[in-house]
This record gives sequence, C-alpha cells and structure tokens, in this order.
Amino acid sequence: MSYEPPLEKYTVSIREVAWGPAAKLKKIGGENTLPFHYFEGALPNPAGLAMEILDVRPESWSPIVLEPFEDVVSDPVRWARKCIDVYGAEALCLRLVSTDPMGMNKSAGEAAEMAKKVADAAGVPLIVWGTEAEEKDAEVLVEVAKACSGGNLLLGPVVKGNYPDVSKAALEHGHAIVAQASMDANLTKELNIALCKSFPPDRIVVDPTSSALGYGFEYTYSIIERIKQFGLFDKDKMMLMPILADVAADCWRAKEAKESKEQGILWEAITGISFLLAGANLLVVRHPESYRLIREMIMEC
Amino acid sequence: MALKGADILKSLPKTNCKECGFPTCFAFAMKIATGGAKLDQCPHINPESKAELEALLAPPMKLVTIGTGDKAMVIGEEEVLFRHEKSFFRETAIAILLSDDEEPGVIDEKLRKIQGFHFERIGQKLNVNLVAVSHDSQDKGKYTSLVKKAMEFTDMPLLLVSCETEALLEAAALCARRRPLVYPITKENVGAALPKLKELKLPVGVWAKSLEELAGVTAQLQAEGIEEMVLDPGSKNMLEAVRDQTLIRRSALKKGFRPLGYPTMAFPCFMYSDKFKEALAAAACIAKYAGIVVLNQVDERFLLPVLVQRFNIYTDPRRPMTVEEKAYEILNPDENSPILISTNYALDYFIVSGAIEEAGIPAYLAIKNTDGLGVLAAWTSGKFNGEAIAEFIKKFGIENKVKHRKLIIPGVARKLKGELEEELPGWEIILGPQEASEIPKFLAEKWSV
Ligand code: B12
Ligand code: SF4
Repeated sequence: MSYEPPLEKYTVSIREVAWGPAAKLKKIGGENTLPFHYFEGALPNPAGLAMEILDVRPESWSPIVLEPFEDVVSDPVRWARKCIDVYGAEALCLRLVSTDPMGMNKSAGEAAEMAKKVADAAGVPLIVWGTEAEEKDAEVLVEVAKACSGGNLLLGPVVKGNYPDVSKAALEHGHAIVAQASMDANLTKELNIALCKSFPPDRIVVDPTSSALGYGFEYTYSIIERIKQFGLFDKDKMMLMPILADVAADCWRAKEAKESKEQGILWEAITGISFLLAGANLLVVRHPESYRLIREMIMEC
Repeated sequence: MALKGADILKSLPKTNCKECGFPTCFAFAMKIATGGAKLDQCPHINPESKAELEALLAPPMKLVTIGTGDKAMVIGEEEVLFRHEKSFFRETAIAILLSDDEEPGVIDEKLRKIQGFHFERIGQKLNVNLVAVSHDSQDKGKYTSLVKKAMEFTDMPLLLVSCETEALLEAAALCARRRPLVYPITKENVGAALPKLKELKLPVGVWAKSLEELAGVTAQLQAEGIEEMVLDPGSKNMLEAVRDQTLIRRSALKKGFRPLGYPTMAFPCFMYSDKFKEALAAAACIAKYAGIVVLNQVDERFLLPVLVQRFNIYTDPRRPMTVEEKAYEILNPDENSPILISTNYALDYFIVSGAIEEAGIPAYLAIKNTDGLGVLAAWTSGKFNGEAIAEFIKKFGIENKVKHRKLIIPGVARKLKGELEEELPGWEIILGPQEASEIPKFLAEKWSV
C-alpha cells in the first residue's frame, strides 16, 4: 500500500516576539505551522509559561493554591524569587491588583515602584498586568513603562479604549504589549490594525481573553484556534501575532478546582495544554505543579 | 472530500425524465450533493455508476459501534478537522484498563468504581464508556477468567487487548454477543486471525507502527469484508499522538483515503506512568481526534477534568446551550424567600440552581433570556443590563410572589447594581458573591427578610 502523508506547508509564520532582559530573553511565536506540528513545519520556540504573582496578599485564593506560596505572598519580591528559585519559573506575570479603582485604588506611581522592584529582583521575562479597568490601567501601565524603562516588559492588557497612551509609552521605553480584545477575532484584528499604525507588529501579543475548563472553555478554545488559522491559512498579517492564554485566575475560581489538590492542578493544566493545542503561545498559570506538568509535557516533545 | 453536484451529474442519465421527483437530473444531483436526496430515487441510473457514486458519497470516516444496547458506544463519521468548522459529533470513548496481571483485589476495586461512576454536571451525565481487558500475564486461563469477570460485573462494552492472538480470539468468541472491540490485529497476525474475525463479525482494533503499514492492514481486512475498524497508530507520547491522529484525520477527510477512513484510538495509559501526565495526554488526544482513549485509572479527581474537557470539545459551537426564560422555583419557596437573578446560559442556570439546592434555602431563581450569554458578556451586550432586567422582572410579575423587594444579583456584575437601583425604584439590589459556589455561605449569612 503506497501512502503519502498529507503534509501541509504554510507560506507565512507567526511573528516572533522577544521579551525580557537581554540575559534571559524569551522568544515566543515564530512557527510556520500549527501547534506541535513538528512533522510538517518549524516551531523554533516552545510555548512560554509565566507563573502568576500578585502585588498584594491574595484574598480569595483557594488554600490549595495558596499553600505553596504561603510564606511569601505578603512580599511580591520574595514571591517572585520563590517562583524562580524553587519552582523554576522561566517567566512571571505580576498583577497589580492593588490599583483596582473599586478596591485598594493605589496610585500608578506606587504600583510602578513595586513593578520596578520585582523586575529588578526577578531578572526574568516579566508580564505586568493591570486590573482590566481601562482608564486606571492606562495610567498605571504608562507609569510602569517609565519606571522600568529599557526592561523589555510585556505590558497588558492594552485595549481599544486605552491603547494610544499605553502603546506610546511602551514604544518609548522599550516594552512589548498584550493587546486584548474579547472573544472575537474581528475585534482582535481591528485592534492590531489600530495599534500597528504607530507600534511595531512584532512587539504585540494578543489576548482573546480566556476561560476555564467547564466555564466557557468551549468558546475560548475555538477563538484561539481561529485566530491562529486566520493568520496561517489566510495569511492575514494582522492575525499573525502570538497568542496569550491567561488561565490562572479563571481556573482557580472553578468550584471543581477547589475541591481537591489533584483535581485543581489538572483543572488548570488541562485548560492550559488544551489552549496550547489550539494555538496559544504563552500561558499564565498559578499552581507550581500545573506549571511543571505543562512544561514537562511540552518540553519532552 | 465532499462530492459536487456537477460530478454527480456526470453519472446520471441526463434525460430529465423527472421520475426522481426533481425537474432535471442536475437539480437531483445538487440535492444529492447536499444530502437532501438518495440515489435510489432515480430508477434509470446504471448499476455500475450507482455503485461508484455510492462509494464516493459514503462518509469519509466509517461509523463503528462497540457493545450493544443502551451502553453501546458509537464513534466515527466525523466531518471536520476543527470544531469551529461545524462540530465534532461523536464523543471520544473513554476506556478504563484492567490487566490480568493486577491483584484480584485491585481489579475488583476498579470494576466496582467503573460500574459505579456517576458524574453529573450542568444536567449532563459524564461517563466512562468502555472496559479494556488486557492480557499481560503469561496465563491464558487468567485472561479468560478476567474477561468473564468483566462481563459479569459490568454491562459496559469491552475492549479486548491481547498480543497472544489465540487468547484474543478465544476471548472474543467468549463475549461475542457483547460486541467487543478486538485488539490488536496487526500485519503479523492478520492472516491467522481473519477466519475467526470473519466468523464473529466484530469490530477490529488495528495496530501498526506506521500509517502506511496501518493502511495495508485495513485494506486487507476490508477486502475480506471487515467493515468496522478502529486505528491505533502506536503513538508513544503526546507529540506523536498529535501527529498521527492529525495525519489520519486529514488523510480520511481531505484526501478521501479510504484505508485510513476509520475512527482512531490512543493509549495514554502506556505513554505515561505519571497519572497527571496520563490525564494531560488524554485531554490532548480528545482535542486531537481520538475516537477511543484508554486510561489506567479510576480516580475521580483525574477522570472528572478529562470528562469535562471532552464535553467542552464536543459541544456544538454553533448552538449556545440555553434554558427557558422564567422564574424557577427551587425547593418550594414562599413569600419570604430570596430572589436571585441570572442568565439563560445553561451553565449559569445549572450552577446557580445547584448552589441554591446545596444551600438548602428555598429561593426563586429568575432566569432572564440572554440568548445563552453568561453574566458579563450579556451585560456588555445589553441583554442583562438594568433596563433589560427591570422589564423582565415586571413581565414575570415576580413582585407578586414575595412580600419583600430584594433582588440578589451576580457579584461579577458590579455596575449592574447602580443601573438596577435606578430602574427598579423601591427595590433593594444586593450584590451577591462573585462565584456561585459561595452562594450557600452568602445566603446562610446574609439572607433575611
Ligand atoms: C466565553 C465568553 C464569551 C462567549 C459567550 C459565552 C457565553 N455563553 O456567555 C462569546 C464568544 C459569545 C462572548 C462574546 C462576547 N464577550 Co465574552 N467572554 C467569555 C469569557 C471568556 C468566559 C465567560 C464565561 O462563560 N464564564 C463562565 C460563566 C459561567 O460565568 P458567569 O456567567 O459570570 O457565571 C459565574 C458567576 O457570575 C456566578 N453567577 C452566575 N449567575 C449568578 C447569579 C447570582 C445571583 C450570583 C450570586 C452568582 C451568579 O456563577 C458562575 C460561576 O461562578 C469571558 C472572560 C472570562 N474569563 O470571564 C469573556 C467576557 C465575559 N466577554 C466580554 C465581552 C466584552 C464580550 C463581547 C461584548 C465582546 C464582543 N465580541 O463584542 C461579546 C458579547 C456577546 C455578543 N454580543 O455576542 C468581557 C466582558 C467585559 C466586562 N463587562 O467586564 C469578558 C469579561 C472578557 C474581558 N475580560 O474583556 N464572550
Ligand atoms: S429520475 Fe434520473 S434520469 Fe430522471 S430526471 Fe431524475 S435523475 Fe434524471
């Protein structure tokens, strides 16, 4: 029986985004084929994995995921170090929860100072994330961009309502950004087009917004898959940005994740690995065990 | 490889005699192409062209039924590579592995668990589907008695696994009326196994170390009249599984390559000894096309996430899951019971009603039609904002059911509170917890009239 495996060749590549300090520069994207399709294309960079830390003590975290960090959660710098030294994190995502205008409402300046401290102490690629309050995020992320000038951070979320200020500051101070448009490939594209008038396309990661297994997963999975395919199949230049899936918070909100340690770890790890299979290039995860599992699964590949 | 109307027309008589019920042969051909008519409706087509067309029109991936009765598992006949193109239709069957090398105590425990599994989530039953009985001891008698035990203990369909072909076929004969899947049939043993396989007419699991070899074996079986097969490309880890499964699905659907036009199977149980990794590989195989996934564990904490992932992947992306708009009465509420409001996204209804039941506090659950959008997406698109909810509350006359004027809203919709205070004067709008799982605690501590 003669059989020719039906291989596909794509003529474009996902853009490569490099972020982080020079010594630990992390590249994501760059592949000219579908996720894990090593048999028919090149995937120069394995997916990136960032471990999440907060700038304040987490309030409503399940004990299961608080336990590994119990000794460091009051100090973001020590928390960052523990992720790196003990759990082997290659990248971090610092959430500036303290700036939430409906919460502690700390000033942009204070938050930026903390971001700077963490960035210096960590020395690994760092995502700095706001609270998804558009206006406040703009203030905060602009201050962070300045305070960490030259640090090559990944700043987000940058949305339709605040992109001019944040992208300008990011460009001036040498940072990359995460462009977030919710659950709609057309909106992702629109935002990219708007951004690219003044911002380099290979400094953008897109976030179609994420969700957890059992809680909207079926939508997120396909949106990620489609964005990747608009890029690779349809060669749409504005859809070739690497994709972020920030699964940490949503997964650990799930009732099932809080029921047992094993189930919680798998809730997060299965959500994460599924989104990588759909086409995500960068994950944010919370539990050190799910972090390790996902990494080992994709590295042995 | 969908056939086009024009291609079909070539094989029709082109006399436009209308006997098929269509004005022209072309109209008939177009209808056939979209599945709206059957070739039999044309009495004039010559038998040879008919056979040819039938072969071309057959689904590119065969349907395979394992087991009998209620619990029979049907896999195959998938139509797309990506679920957003249409939908994945027939859920991956999850098989649990039993080995005749395991201690009897372990086996009994596993069987008890398999038979007793009962997950229910958002109104759906989530089940494991097959019992895989594996021959790893050197003792044929041991294998036979394990097969018998599995038959007695459960009514689930069986997957027989034995590299001793003789033992395999004997076991197959033993439980033939249960229609097990017989595995592995390979390049090496296919000749010896064929007579018995033809006699028993059971679905056959084919293993080979390459896709080419796999195609050779299925072609041989097919030529002998074996129709139902499940393919195991022998993938040794997640990455190989993604590759093999993808190539098989593509060969069948995009190339119309019949020898690989069958559902597939994968063995995460042999890929990883770590239970977590086994579960992750299972999830990957489910997302990437496996018709059967074989696991070596019965621990619910590992199975539940896999079953939920399968459910999500096989949800039809064209239709949001919804429930009826109305004020649901949970646990016989009275005039002093709380009113909670949520969306008609099925997930919201089931999660919130479940939480109220768990709380044991009777309540009204007002479910507003949001076209299946959850709280925040519905709020953003105006289907669950102050105005829309106020209108809904009036329409359903909810105020006549209770003495109080208090409405509990989802904690994530913070901005909704202000909107509703404006739209529903006289009502106290209470921001509930962010998670439905916190509702029991919230009601117990905060609810009073
Ligand atoms: C899946 C999804 C979609 C799906 C919709 C799926 C669905 N059936 O709702 C689709 C793709 C259709 C979609 C569309 C949009 N989306 Co959307 N989407 C999501 C996503 C990723 C998950 C939402 C989800 O399903 N959650 C699970 C369900 C169960 O959560 P839930 O309904 O809130 O219920 C929980 C609690 O609220 C609580 N609860 C529920 N009811 C009640 C009742 C009471 C009384 C209480 C106490 C508790 C309670 O119980 C549940 C479990 O704890 C979120 C991001 C995220 N992670 O949240 C964005 C998100 C909701 N989407 C968003 C947006 C903006 C949109 C769009 C407007 C964007 C657009 N493209 O135009 C559209 C709007 C819809 C439209 N016009 O078609 C935003 C909303 C922003 C905001 N208001 O804060 C979000 C938050 C993303 C973001 N960060 O920007 N989306
Ligand atoms: S019955 Fe056959 S020959 Fe007659 S119109 Fe229909 S397709 Fe054509």
